[in-house]
This record gives sequence, structure tokens and C-alpha cells, in this order.
Amino acid sequence: MNNFDYSRASDVSDAIRLLTADPGAKLIAGGTNLIDLMKENVERPSRLIDITRLPLRDIEETAGGGLRIGALVPNSDLAYHPLVEQRYPLLASAILAGASAQLRNMASVGGNLMQRTRCAYFYDTTTPCNKRSPGTGCSAIDGLNRNHAILGTSQSCIATNPSDMSVALAALGALVHIAGPSGQRTLALTDFHRLPDDKPHLDTNLGSGEIITAIELPAHGFARNFSYLKIRDRLSYAFALVSVAAALELEGNAISEARLALGGVAHKPWRSLEAEAALRGKAATPDHFGHAADLLLQGATARSHNGFKIELARRAIVRTLMQAANATPQSQAHKKIA
Amino acid sequence: MADTTIPERIPINLVVNGERRALEVVPWTTLLDALRDRLELTGTKKGCDHGQCGACTVLVDGRRVNSCLTLAVMKDGAEITTIEGMARDGTLHPLQQAFIDHDAFQCGYCTPGQICSAAGLLAEGRARDADEIRELMSGNLCRCGAYPNIVAAIEQAMSRS
Amino acid sequence: MKAYVGTATSRVDGRAKVTGAAKYAGEFSAKGLAHGFVVEAAIPRGRIVRIDTHEALKVAGVLEVLTHVNRPPLADTDDAWKDEVAPEKGSTFRPVYDDRIKFNGQPIALVVAEDWETAKFAATRLYVEYEEEAFATDLESERDRATEVEQPHKPRGDAAAAMTRAAVRHEADYVLPNEHHNPMELFATTVVWDVGGKLAVHDKTQGVQNVHKFLCSVFGKKPDDIRVISPYVGGAFGSALRPQYQVVLATLAALALKRSVRVVLTRQQMYGLGYRPMTIERVALGAKPDGTLDVVTHEAVAVTSRYEDFSRNDTGWAEQLYKSPNSRSSHKLVHLDVSTPSDMRAPGAASGVCALECAMDELAIALKLDPIELRLKCYSDRDQSDDVPYTSKQLRECYARGAEAFGWSRRDPAPRSMRDGKELIGWGMATGVWEALQMPVAVRIVLTANGHAEISCAASDVGTGTYTIVAQVAADALGLPIENISVRLADSTLPQAPVEGGSWMAASSAHAVLGAAEEIRRELAGLAKAIPGSPLAELDAADVALADGMVASRTRKGAAVSIADVMRHSNLERIEKEKLNEFAEDKSHARNTHSAVFAEVKVDEELGVIRVTRVVSAIAAGRILNTKTGRSQIMGGVVWGIGMALHEETVMDHRFGRIMNPNFAEYHIPVNADVHDIDVIFVDEPDERINKLGIKGIGEIGIVGVPAAIANAVYHATGKRIRRFPITLDKLLE
Repeated sequence: MNNFDYSRASDVSDAIRLLTADPGAKLIAGGTNLIDLMKENVERPSRLIDITRLPLRDIEETAGGGLRIGALVPNSDLAYHPLVEQRYPLLASAILAGASAQLRNMASVGGNLMQRTRCAYFYDTTTPCNKRSPGTGCSAIDGLNRNHAILGTSQSCIATNPSDMSVALAALGALVHIAGPSGQRTLALTDFHRLPDDKPHLDTNLGSGEIITAIELPAHGFARNFSYLKIRDRLSYAFALVSVAAALELEGNAISEARLALGGVAHKPWRSLEAEAALRGKAATPDHFGHAADLLLQGATARSHNGFKIELARRAIVRTLMQAANATPQSQAHKKIA
Repeated sequence: MADTTIPERIPINLVVNGERRALEVVPWTTLLDALRDRLELTGTKKGCDHGQCGACTVLVDGRRVNSCLTLAVMKDGAEITTIEGMARDGTLHPLQQAFIDHDAFQCGYCTPGQICSAAGLLAEGRARDADEIRELMSGNLCRCGAYPNIVAAIEQAMSRS
Repeated sequence: MKAYVGTATSRVDGRAKVTGAAKYAGEFSAKGLAHGFVVEAAIPRGRIVRIDTHEALKVAGVLEVLTHVNRPPLADTDDAWKDEVAPEKGSTFRPVYDDRIKFNGQPIALVVAEDWETAKFAATRLYVEYEEEAFATDLESERDRATEVEQPHKPRGDAAAAMTRAAVRHEADYVLPNEHHNPMELFATTVVWDVGGKLAVHDKTQGVQNVHKFLCSVFGKKPDDIRVISPYVGGAFGSALRPQYQVVLATLAALALKRSVRVVLTRQQMYGLGYRPMTIERVALGAKPDGTLDVVTHEAVAVTSRYEDFSRNDTGWAEQLYKSPNSRSSHKLVHLDVSTPSDMRAPGAASGVCALECAMDELAIALKLDPIELRLKCYSDRDQSDDVPYTSKQLRECYARGAEAFGWSRRDPAPRSMRDGKELIGWGMATGVWEALQMPVAVRIVLTANGHAEISCAASDVGTGTYTIVAQVAADALGLPIENISVRLADSTLPQAPVEGGSWMAASSAHAVLGAAEEIRRELAGLAKAIPGSPLAELDAADVALADGMVASRTRKGAAVSIADVMRHSNLERIEKEKLNEFAEDKSHARNTHSAVFAEVKVDEELGVIRVTRVVSAIAAGRILNTKTGRSQIMGGVVWGIGMALHEETVMDHRFGRIMNPNFAEYHIPVNADVHDIDVIFVDEPDERINKLGIKGIGEIGIVGVPAAIANAVYHATGKRIRRFPITLDKLLE
């Protein structure tokens, strides 16, 4: 681990001030990803700004019928919050599919959005990696890439975003509230993370000196027809090969609204409005779901070891949509896939 | 900070197993290293140091966490319960007794973390059947493969609490 | 009085383990303890041109940076570096010895500081310049360079001719990847330096006396200068059989600095230790139309390092299991720029039997035979290699009991024929086999007048239950309640024991206890008879037993004197006896343990997700000393088998010659959610020949056969035969 200074932020503006004063500084809350990366010497912040004492721990209803979740709410508190369980069970399910009970107790909502890729080359400081050391090259493109992205990749990077929570948030149309040196702003979750293009060292569109203050969920929670399905190499405590968040609004068997997002396949949660639009007005059938899957996976490219992900994702999408349509969401504890 | 400078120590207070402990830590010191190396509470184990095995699980303000990914300086004022604080007046915690009864360990190295994690699980009240115990205990690896016995031990402790 | 042997006795070290009181190697403290952090090589082959330690030494609290340039003297002959488990051929790796880089992740420096974090930080301030050399780390691309290893199994008959005439043939390659032991405890050594220069070495090891001898040899010390202690070991599974480099580095630093030093490896660094070597196992079976085997050939090509030839018996197991007039086996090694492999739970057998048992399943399908029926048709009552019978072999009973418990008769043999909704159900089985070895072990018993006995021995308990079974055997032999027995293990100054491995420690230590207890009994009998008016006076010493705290007649009820009275009358505070037990060599019989493993998998038909829902493991391993800890041992083996079948693989990028998943996040071992019902059946297997108690070890047998049973179940479920392990879902989707 490198040497660093430690400061405790007293409020949000103090955090912004500390961040702005020291370009090498990083915010720390749960620490579950940052400390891990610091121990690997991948992250080497000059200063850690402890924000755990900021008043960002509330979950409150918004005037529009949605939910505003403070950035410091621990993942497990969010998953088990009665309003989330009742109105946004897709989000609860996705959170519970990730990490372990201990890590969910520690990790904050804001931190979850900031977690970095599990690409093995990113983690190994002896190998080239554009995300860790811009300009050194991508070792994964011609290397071990079984876990890597099939969508939205670039010649610079094929890493994936490892978050489960973000996939559900993308599907639900969540907003990210941000405070920074020039005031407050809001980004759609789907615009929060970015594709690697030629700047893979940037995971998100968060500007310098900015801090996530809250996540906002719109009123529509898809509490009846939803499912989160995570496919991985062991049955728990592993990162996704592919995960699917699906939510439907049904009138009879007809789809009036559809949401679909993928995890484990791209540098950000992968959502396609086109695929969702194609489902609207259609019957909830495997054929229509397959068509939506094809639209969502349009442009998917395989590297040497991850070609299976394309077919796996296609099947997982159809399956998850069927689970949603049948109102038989995937249990995260009972491992038989519904 | 210069390339070879050691950061300054910061005084903190922890309430460990009910006892107030004052210490000075460099910000990079994890709660795990503080417990093991500074407070000589070696019951809490280091198995990976990266939040991937659960051997370092302790309760912080009643919640189970990985102490290896927790900076001690950030827990100033917190109440910590480690395996050394589970038994009361020489009487084993029901989970400790259940782990012995069901032979829920072999080498014993993951055991303190398993027991602290199980204590957290019981407090959370989210596990209602064996599958839910399995899932919610999956953050605690056991290389000896005692999982079925661990589940049985937790079921015993659950039924008696 | 009840006997303890054969019962479900709880672990005697249980309380220490559930309270956190049990101290492991990296948890001993000492005044002025310094901490070492290892720096590893970042290339697989070449030499170190320069290590710049300048900046690291500037860090406040750094005491020293030890490298090949400034290290204190180390032995310079291969013989001096050979431990009792080292491969015969080759030269043991010597840390910070010279400028040569032999594998990626090799330790090249030790930063020693006042505390661990400082050492770890300073390690990032070390700059190393290498001269890189061409290297190779890929077994498959180097397969043609394999060289033959001498094998103990002589060919029988004419395998080539038999294969040509075989009515039904099956031949295939089965590929098993490198796997790492990954015990939960990090490798660690705490060397406590005494003012006189004597060292107490707390080491993570399966053999304190092996480490002791090794350290004395490497550092040119007298036996009294070093003591090695390892009372608790947080799992090892073979990884701690040989002294590992951290014990050398910690000792080196302690001697250099003249103070106590602790070195703890990181999880990542542990991937630079030993591992189960990747093997390509080629099995060919030729059968007659009636399903009897005519020929078996088994060839293994395995990884080893460039500096040591490590090989185990992968290919000889068909000699034990299946009658076949013709057989041939060979074992080849490919030397690569990697660290030397090591024994890992059931070394050789876990891989070799996996291939053999998958092949047998494929042959059964070709013959349209039930897999158990095929195995019964080929059942061998003799070890064909030496043409001798077994001391005991209740494998038939394993098949029968296992099949019954599993419900095998309800299996529809057609692949893809059984399902539960969207899941395909597969039922597979396989045979397991391991050796029942026994080694010389000495035990000391100190019986005190208060009726307490202390049993001591240098043997280790790496979670296997040695403390408990030693206490059980001693309690029975001395006629004392188990609460009155205390057991001291794993101190190099205690009576002789080999490394704990190969499943030999239970039988070996148990009989050593019996030997020492017999000396105690004889002494007590003599003393008891000599007491004036003794009710035993007329008896032969042989007719006197120890039971219920008494020295008592075996034949005459009520004729007894309490041990306490004997001691008091004899004016003795304690009786101390030490006895080395050696087993007579007997080549007239083969000694093995066996198992029949049955596995149920449920495979999601669309997504390929595999769940192992049930495993039945029927074990024939003589008399089981402790049914509780024994069941746990087998269960642990089954969990290992699940990992081997579905999860475990050390992945290397051969462009860098570097392991890319050296952690618990991407090197997957089974988690709680991966493990469901495991039913362990111990089949009765009386064995009066093997040893007095009729016991065999069970540390290994639990894993053998499990990966094959699961692979066979996956085939039965899906109709897909996966021969490259682990069976991950992408392979089912292909």
C-alpha cells in the first residue's frame, strides 16, 4: 500500500473542498473495493477523504412517488429496506446477488457505483493495462478474456463493470445526484458509467471534485413482474459471467412497458431502448423475448475466450424475461433457476 | 507526501469486546491488523486480506464485516466484537457449542470468522431455511469443506435462540 | 467402561478453535518482533541485474532488505537443501540465494521492518532490473518435449496387441489443470530469537522435524540451536509437507538481525508455492464383448519445474481396481519455467483416477453396461502389479451400500432421460482408491499419580483430528476417561514422527500410542502385583489390563488396584515411557482404502448451470477411529472433489508466464451455497492383518473418484462428455 494522508470530511462541501485541493485524493466510504485495490498497489491515492460521517444515510420518498437513497446507505440496508422490498424488489434482488453479506454490510450505494473492473490485468501491476496505466496497451484483447466484455468494447479496453446493483438501477431508470465545485447536477444512471473508448482509465462521467450524494428511483418500481438472474462460475460469491435485470408491465399477456439491462458484458450496465421498445405492445412470449435479446446483443463481438457469453446472454435474457412475465423472480438463495 | 514518508499516527478509541482500547494507528492500518498485531487478539484470522474469504469477519456495531477491508482509523468510537468476546464468563456462545457439537470445522482457521458471521446472520434474521443459511454464509470460505456441518450448527443455534 | 475408539468423539481441540485461543504460526509474539515482507520476481526466467534497495531503506522503521547480494551464508550443496519429502531428482529452490529467476513470483528480497505495514509499503520502493530470458510455461504447447519417468508398474502382457484385437475400445485424453491447495491460513513463520542465539521457529508445517532438520542443515546449526513448533495448522493438504521459503527467509532475517522475525506470505504469494500439476491423462481401455477388460493403458504427461522432477502415481490405479491381463502405463514430465509442483490431497490418484473413472464410464456406455456392473465384472481381488491379495477390500460392499443409499436402481441409463422441470438430472458414479500407508512414529506417555496422562509426539494435526484420535486411543489403552488425557503435538523436541501426509498418520500414531501404553501397562502391572496383599499378585502380568482407572485382572472380576494406589504404594509421582512403533515389512498383501462415489447433478438445460445436489460416498477404510471427525474428513474430500470437478483451475497467461487468478475471488473453491447433501457411509471392513486396531487412514480417499462421479453425472444429465476440467458452464454451451 502507498502512503497517504487521511482526512475526515465534516460535510459535503468540505468533502468537495478536500477533493479539489488534492487531485490525487479519493473519497472512501465502505472501502471494500478501494482498500482492496490499494493493497494491490493499483490505486495509490495521495489522500483518503473519509465521508462516512456525512449525513447521506437516509432513504426517503420523493414528492413524485419515487425514492431518494443517500449515497452512504449500506448495500444491505438498501436491499432489506421495506420500501425497496415492496416497491423495487428487482433492486433488492440484484444487490443480494452481489458479493457477500459482510461486504454488503460495508459497501455504500455510492461506492457500489464507483467499483472498478475485476480484469486480471488491471489487478496485476506487472502487466500492461490501459485502464491502470494509460497507453501501456490492453493485455486482455489477445490474452485471457473469458470474463471480458462482448459489447461496447474498444481497441483500448475490453473490461467489464462488475456491479450487480448498477444493472438493476439502469433497468429501473435511476438517477445519480452529484455535488461538485460548480454546484449540483443529476445524471441518468445509464449516463453515469461510460464506455472505454480511448480513455478506459475513466470508468464514469463523474468530474473532478465531484461526489455522489444520492440515487433516485422513479416511482415506477415494476414490483410485480421482474427478475434478476446472475450466471457465474460458482453458485454464490462470484462475479457475473452474465447477469440480466428484467422488468415488465403487463396488461393481460401484453407488454405495456419493458426494462432490460445486462451485467458482466460491458464496461457499463448494458441497456438498449430499442430492445425495450420492441417489446412494447407485444405478447410475453419466448419468441418476442428472443427478438429483444437479439436487439440488446446487437453488435456483440467475441474475443478468443468469451464467445460463449453471447449465446449465454441471449438465453439468459429470454429466461429472465420469462421469469418476470410469470412473476416467478429468481431467488438468490434457492439456486434452481426458475 | 514524499515517496518514503510514513503517514502520521492518529489516536483512536475502540470498544473491543466491551473494553475501551485506546491506540494510535497509521491510517493504512486495517482493523484486522490492529486487532491481531496491536491488540494481540489473534482469534480474528487473516486468510486473504482482500475481502474474499471471510476469515477476518468481526462484528462492528453489531454488524458482520470484513475487518481486512476496514481501516481502523475510520472506526474510531465503534464497538467491535471478535471471537474472543463471544463466550461469556467461560460459557461458550450457543454457536460455539454448536460448532463443536456438529464438528463444523477441521483446521479451525476459518472458524472464528464463521462464528462471527453466523452471529451476524442470526442478528439479521434473514435466514429461514438451509438454502438461505448457505447463501448468506457463502462469504465465509472453508477449505476443509465443513459446510454441511456449519449449516447444521447454525440451524441448532437458531432453533435454540 | 466405554471405549472411545470407534465412537463419535468431539474434537479435543474444539474449544481452543471456537474461542480463538488456538494460535497459528503467524500469531506468536515476541519482544522486539520484526516483520518481513517478501518481494517477488515479476518475470518467469532470467537473472537479476540489480536490486535498488536505497529508497526502501530510507523508510522509517525499515531494518534491512535481504537479497542475494547481502544475505548471510546459506548451505551451498543440493544435499543440504533436501528435506525428507523433496523429489529425488533435482535441486531444491533456495530463496534469495543467487541472481537466477526460475519462476514468476519467486521471492527475491525480504524487507524487514518494525511493523508489517511498513515492510509492505517499503517493498513498493524497491526497484529491480532484470535480464529476461526466453521461457516456456505452457504444458500443452511443450507436450512434445516430455521425458519419461521411471514407473513402478511393470507392463503386463502385450498391451499393444490386446488393444488391436479389442472388441470394444475407448481412448481419450483427460486434461486436469494446475490447482492450488489454498489452505485458509496464510503461510507464516514466526522465529523467536533468544539472546543465546537459539531459535524457536513457529512454522506452518505438516512436519516439524522435517523443518527442523532442514533448517539445521541449511543454516549449519546444531539440533539444539533450533526448535520448530506448530501446534495448530490452518489447513495444508500437502502444501506444508516441504519446508516453504518463508521459513528460510524468517530464519535468515532473525539470524541477520539477531532479533525475532515474523514472515507472513500474502495469498497471492502462496501461488508461488507448490500445486497439483496439470496433467494430460491419456487412458485407453480395450474390452471383450462380455464387458471384461482385456487391456488398460494409462499415460500421464505432467508439469514440473526445470529444477526438480516431481511426479506421483497417476497411472497405476487400474492395477489395483480392474482385472486386465494386459496393461501398460507411463508417466512423462515436461520441464517448464514454473515452481515445482507438490503433493496435494491424494496426489496422483485424484487426477489419475479421475481420468480412469471417466474412461470406465465411457466404456460402460460403449458396452451398454451399467457402470457398476462393468466395475463388478472387472473387479480385482488382487493388486495385479505385485500379484498379491489385499489385507482387506470391501469395495463390493461400497458399491452395494452406496448404490442402495443413493437409489441407483432407479436410474434410467439413457443420457438426458431424467429431468426436473428445466433442469436435467444426472446420476454418475465412480470408484476411489488410495493407499493405507504406515510409518514409524514414537510416542511418549507420562502418567501422573493423579490419574492424568500426557501423550506427546512430534506429529502434526493439520485439521485431520490427530489430537483427538491420539486422545481416544490413549484413553482406551490406559483405561482413563478422555478428560484425563492431554495431548502435545508438533514440537520438534517431542518423539519422532514423519510429516503428516499420505493418510498415514492415524494408523501410525495410534499404534505408537498403543506401544507406549503397553509399556505403561506392563510397569503398572508389575508394581501392582508387588503391593503387599495385592489381589493381582498371583496373576501373570499379561492378564492384567488397565480399565476405569484401575489395574485390573482381565479374567477375575473385582481383582483390581487403582492406578492412584499403585503409584502411591510405589512412591511414584509419574511413570514415563517412550516407544517407537515400527510396522513389520510385509509385502505379501496390498494395503488400500476404497470408495464408491455417487453424485447427482442438476443442470439447467438452457444455461448450463450445474448444481451438485447429492453425493453419497461409501468408504471402505478398515475400522474408523472416530466416526464424527472421520465423516468430516470424507465430507471435506467430497467438497474438494466438487471443486476439482466444477471450479478449480490456476490460470496462467503464458505470454507473461504468470498466474492471473492468484486470489480467492477468481480461483474458485466451493462456497457454502455450492455444497448440499453429502452422505458418508463407512462400510464395515474388518482387517486383522494390516495392524492391531485394523485401521487405515482416510485423509485422501474422500476426494478420489468424486470429480469423475460428477463428470459422469454431467454426461448422464446432458449427453455431453467434458474431458477438460473444470467443467464450467461455457463448456456445456459449446
